[in-house]
Amino acid sequence: MLELEFMRLAFAVGIVVGVLAPTVGFFLVERRQSLVGDGLGHVAFAGVAAGYLLGISPVLTALCFAVVGAFAIEWLRSRGGTSGDQALALVFYTGIALGIVLISSANRFDVGLFQFLFGSILTVTPGDLWVVLVLGGLALAAVALLYRGLVAVVLDEEGSRVAGAPVALLNTVVAVLAALTVGISMRIVGILLIAALMVLPVIAAQRVAWSLRSTLALSAAIGLLAVLVGLSVSYYADFPPGGTIVLVAAGVVVLATAAGAARGIGKHSGA
Amino acid sequence: MPVAPDLPAVELDGVSFAYRGGPPVLDEVTLRVEQGAFLGIAGPNGGGKTTLLRLALGLERPTTGRVRLFGAPPGARGLPRIGYVSQRAQLASATPVTVREVVGAGRLAVRGPFGPLRADDRAAVARAIERAGLADRSDAPLRTLSGGMQQRAFIARALAAEPTLLALDEPTTGVDAESQESLAALLAGLRDELGVTILYVSHEFGAVEHVVSRLVLVRGGIVFDGDPHDLPALWHDPSHAH
Repeated sequence: MLELEFMRLAFAVGIVVGVLAPTVGFFLVERRQSLVGDGLGHVAFAGVAAGYLLGISPVLTALCFAVVGAFAIEWLRSRGGTSGDQALALVFYTGIALGIVLISSANRFDVGLFQFLFGSILTVTPGDLWVVLVLGGLALAAVALLYRGLVAVVLDEEGSRVAGAPVALLNTVVAVLAALTVGISMRIVGILLIAALMVLPVIAAQRVAWSLRSTLALSAAIGLLAVLVGLSVSYYADFPPGGTIVLVAAGVVVLATAAGAARGIGKHSGA
Repeated sequence: MPVAPDLPAVELDGVSFAYRGGPPVLDEVTLRVEQGAFLGIAGPNGGGKTTLLRLALGLERPTTGRVRLFGAPPGARGLPRIGYVSQRAQLASATPVTVREVVGAGRLAVRGPFGPLRADDRAAVARAIERAGLADRSDAPLRTLSGGMQQRAFIARALAAEPTLLALDEPTTGVDAESQESLAALLAGLRDELGVTILYVSHEFGAVEHVVSRLVLVRGGIVFDGDPHDLPALWHDPSHAH
């Protein structure tokens, strides 16, 4: 399968997405914002529709819309007048409603739209690969640079604020990273399922990890495994890649939960 | 950054506060806490003692009045380091965080959010863990420890900042008598050896009472301010709701 250029491109993008999505998702899950990726996916859908309507790159417009959506969620949440889930619901439903209106105006309820919604291994272009490599690399570098600050805020937001940390900035960084992840992952995984790749590997890792650092490392490894296995199965079985990747990740959650439970039973019986 | 010793650590001047749309929680509170003091803040539930602490730390904004920490507004650049243990501090996370990771987060106040911890940071984290009596548990997942030991880990996180001001909100809630004794010894050591100013909110002080140098009783305002021994005997009766 790797003799085909579109598969090489899909795997190259998939490797970045497989590592990046759970790495960013780790901070969302730890902040109990697991559904933020879902909300941003729906905003990205409006961005794709806007791209079609304006005749410019849907990937670019989706990225821009997702970033604006991320700022909106964080702004609404941090103002304190709106709870996190209400802020998410507001952005989530506004995004999908806007998307439906725009896509209808553009008259583009077609296969191209479905590829963005559900993912496709046929649509990755060399240009997409460069965008993913640059933005994905920047996002991973930002996580590496700010890891300690991001973790401190996750563990104790008020304590970090009292300590003088730029908490608002760090929260905004997480929101923008989530938006970037949605934007660059939608080609492969699809807008509707990208949030699952951000969250499921982290849930699986939590079941078997022994520290924060090991949770993050295992999350990235499980995300990468899910993408590589999912893309391969998708190629041979002619399944949509997004659904296949997420089903693999869900299978890992089941296995990790069983492994975690067995370890717990082992500890109890050994005590 | 060195601080002029005559500056009060905490200063509230005519501070009132109400949550949005709610009745006033605190009314016209004026309080000055000198550096090196061990201030106990007591009062009934809903009396405003936690709100008073949160106002002092800049976590809430007063409706009227003025708050200063070491002569500057809370959150100002260059303030001395502040350690904070919040009420019912706990991990919301399902992730197995180790004691060392929790305590390491306290170095944010010293090192900022960028880059990894350095050798001196790791040494400070180890000292804080040891001071809190958790040296043999430093790599254990926090969720495997008892409530009292978890509380000590959160206190160690505040200590890792090597704070000039340490603020604790109900740190002994649900903690056994032995842990209260060790906390009292720990806090007395911080004040006596390092000159740390301590703000300690509690509805019941238990073993910590004998190391508190000054007590304020809060019920919508400050209704007592002085030496704990000058309080009416009634207050010391645990069955009495202040």
